[in-house]
Amino acid sequence: MYLPTDSSPSQSLASEPLRRFLQVVRGAGVRISAAEGIDAARVVQIVGYSERGALKYALGSVLAKTVAEKTIFNEAFDSYFKREALVTEAFDPASAADPDSNTAPPPSSADSVVGESEALTQRPSQALESLIESNDAAGLASALESAALATGLKNIRYMTQKNLYVRRILDHMGLERLEQAIHFYRSAADDLNQKKAQWLGGQLTRLRQQIRDYVERQLLLFSRADSEQYREEILKAARLSNIQKRDLDKMRILVRQMAKRLAVRYAKPRRRRLRGQLDVRRTLRRNMGWGGIPFLTVWKQKRIEKPRVMVLCDVSGSVAEMAQFLLMFLYAINEVLADIRSFAFSGSLIEVSQIVESEPVERAIETILERVGFGSSDFGNSFADFEAGWMDCVTSKTTIIILGDARGNGNDPRLEIVSRLSQRAKRIVWLNPEYRYAWGTGDSDMLRYLPFCHVAQVCHSLRHLERAISAILEDAV
Amino acid sequence: MSKISSSPVPERVLQSIEEVDAGLGAAGYIANEQINTTVYLAHHLKKPILVEGPAGVGKTELAKSIATWLDLPLIRMQCYEGLDESKALYEWKYGKQLLYTQILKDKIGSVVDTADNLATALDKLHSFGDIFFSRQFLEPRPLLRALEQVRGSVLLIDEIDKSDQEFEAFLLEILSDYQVTVPEIGCVSALVPPVVLLTSNSSRDLGDALKRRCLHLHIGFPDEALELRIIESRVPGLELRLRQQLVSFVQQLRALDLKKLPSVSETIDWAKVLLLLHTSVLEVGVVRQTLNVLLKFEADIELAQGQLSGMVQKARRDARLE
Repeated sequence: MYLPTDSSPSQSLASEPLRRFLQVVRGAGVRISAAEGIDAARVVQIVGYSERGALKYALGSVLAKTVAEKTIFNEAFDSYFKREALVTEAFDPASAADPDSNTAPPPSSADSVVGESEALTQRPSQALESLIESNDAAGLASALESAALATGLKNIRYMTQKNLYVRRILDHMGLERLEQAIHFYRSAADDLNQKKAQWLGGQLTRLRQQIRDYVERQLLLFSRADSEQYREEILKAARLSNIQKRDLDKMRILVRQMAKRLAVRYAKPRRRRLRGQLDVRRTLRRNMGWGGIPFLTVWKQKRIEKPRVMVLCDVSGSVAEMAQFLLMFLYAINEVLADIRSFAFSGSLIEVSQIVESEPVERAIETILERVGFGSSDFGNSFADFEAGWMDCVTSKTTIIILGDARGNGNDPRLEIVSRLSQRAKRIVWLNPEYRYAWGTGDSDMLRYLPFCHVAQVCHSLRHLERAISAILEDAV
Repeated sequence: MSKISSSPVPERVLQSIEEVDAGLGAAGYIANEQINTTVYLAHHLKKPILVEGPAGVGKTELAKSIATWLDLPLIRMQCYEGLDESKALYEWKYGKQLLYTQILKDKIGSVVDTADNLATALDKLHSFGDIFFSRQFLEPRPLLRALEQVRGSVLLIDEIDKSDQEFEAFLLEILSDYQVTVPEIGCVSALVPPVVLLTSNSSRDLGDALKRRCLHLHIGFPDEALELRIIESRVPGLELRLRQQLVSFVQQLRALDLKKLPSVSETIDWAKVLLLLHTSVLEVGVVRQTLNVLLKFEADIELAQGQLSGMVQKARRDARLE
């Protein structure tokens, strides 16, 4: 999935931060194909890393292809490319007694350890001390980057690994040498060196703090990539009535993704050409202008009907959550459906197509609940309402989806209406959020409705929903 | 494989993003950094741009301005449901083909006259070129025309979301390789790849395959500073004070909970109306009378009426009149 590393040394070096960035953006929930990753690399070559604003817009135009993705992308970009100047306070020569010794060559004792530490780790290009001394923020940042790379910071997953990585990065940046230099200055007798040792010590504490911040940010970025995927899997299988408020946004995105997949799969042409069967009548008609010489041939075609759907949702109590997701799902695939009409009921039934079409689903459900309310459900009465108002609209092409637990609180279930409905409609699909063993227990009339349903399914998670709707679409093709 | 034979014009290469900004500005299009960057990238990556955003923010205008700036012909294709390749790509000139066969019928006698058996007659026939399916009888439609332009062109595929899904798939070849396949002739590829812009109002989700081939640019409503500059460029006669009030008022309107928010094109229209009415200061009366230029729904107008005086006052304050 990722960019090839073995292209050319300079290119692979340049694309390393990018590759990690792609990983981060993918983790945040933007789908990026391999081709788009390659485009991103070309974009970086054209725009370069120096202009952050241009780079952000440029990468955004290649990687994020919807408004929602743009928002996610911008967030990820800002936190990933956030680099503060690492050391901001310069060593003030005025505070030192002798200005000449500032430019003095580094003490020889520091040089003696170079060979030793070089053997241990790959040395950064510049010694840490001189980077701090010259207040070279860019140099420090790049030393930090390469240290992060060498220590494999992108593998960080847990909070507890934080200290470990801070230590490793510091080691790699040449902490040992810096400490020895500080020690050397401190042991020197003269005042300037003492001051310098103190100053370097202060800068080191600062640097440590900044590296800690950096590691923390990376932890947030990289650990999210895994946990996000894991959470999605959990959410897909979770009972919809148990979904917590904070996960609702996530669920909406998931529903949209799943719906899109279904929509693409079932977006077949509305007519299928029957190859080899000439439509003689229409061919002659079409070629009248050329004296009947068949320049254009017309073949016989078969029309493929999109399903017409009527949804009856029980919105009393526990089932309301479920109804929200069912409606969300159905309206998200409306391009592969010819017609959706939705109805909500608890004690009585009303049509809610208008509300659902004009408002975003989450608000629509609230409006519907205000109208129909949380009253105790009465399936019999609601079916009677439906028959009185909309039975005429049910044709032999209509699929009726009923969502409810079939618990009518002991009211007459009015089976005869459902029976008439099943004769009229193409089919009745009953989605019941209760487990099958609970059907027919207590006041549940599910088993009595069952003979009139063409399909009756347990349905209480996104997975179930996807399967049920997929089956409905499948049957229509 | 037939290529359009003509010597390619040496292409102009854009050096910097600022060049895009200056060029579009000269063509009368005030763009933000996002638009400039995307146009610059499209030029270098040779990729089409998919422009999304609410109606009237200047999606189509962007294509026109690019054409003016680069001095290229603009070829526009409006998409709608049922658009197919015979309207978008090419069509055979049936009438002329018919005439051609008639001529053949008349001439065939003299051609095969000297042949004494069927085999030599067929040989003679084969020695003539078959031009029944050839470029002479091809009627180019917008897509093919865009590829045939010698100097290159700006191809605007407007409201791609209105077309069918199959048509979207049909566009993929031209969008990624700048070539189209005419079954009877072969591949026709462009010598100079056109600058392609697709616009969409997101009335349906476009396919991933199409999106993957494009740079995605979302143009939203402009902020106050940018809108001021746009009005300045589009309605030059309007004085600064009134311009500030007008833009401030429109920005406030966009914060309301309206069915359809006023877009840049509506702001420009309104500015023109105010100019015609010789308005010098924004007043509640004038705004009330001309509100229908900005808002297109009765419900929206009613909603805005209630808060008119407050918004006009704030607009004046923003322009430091009060």
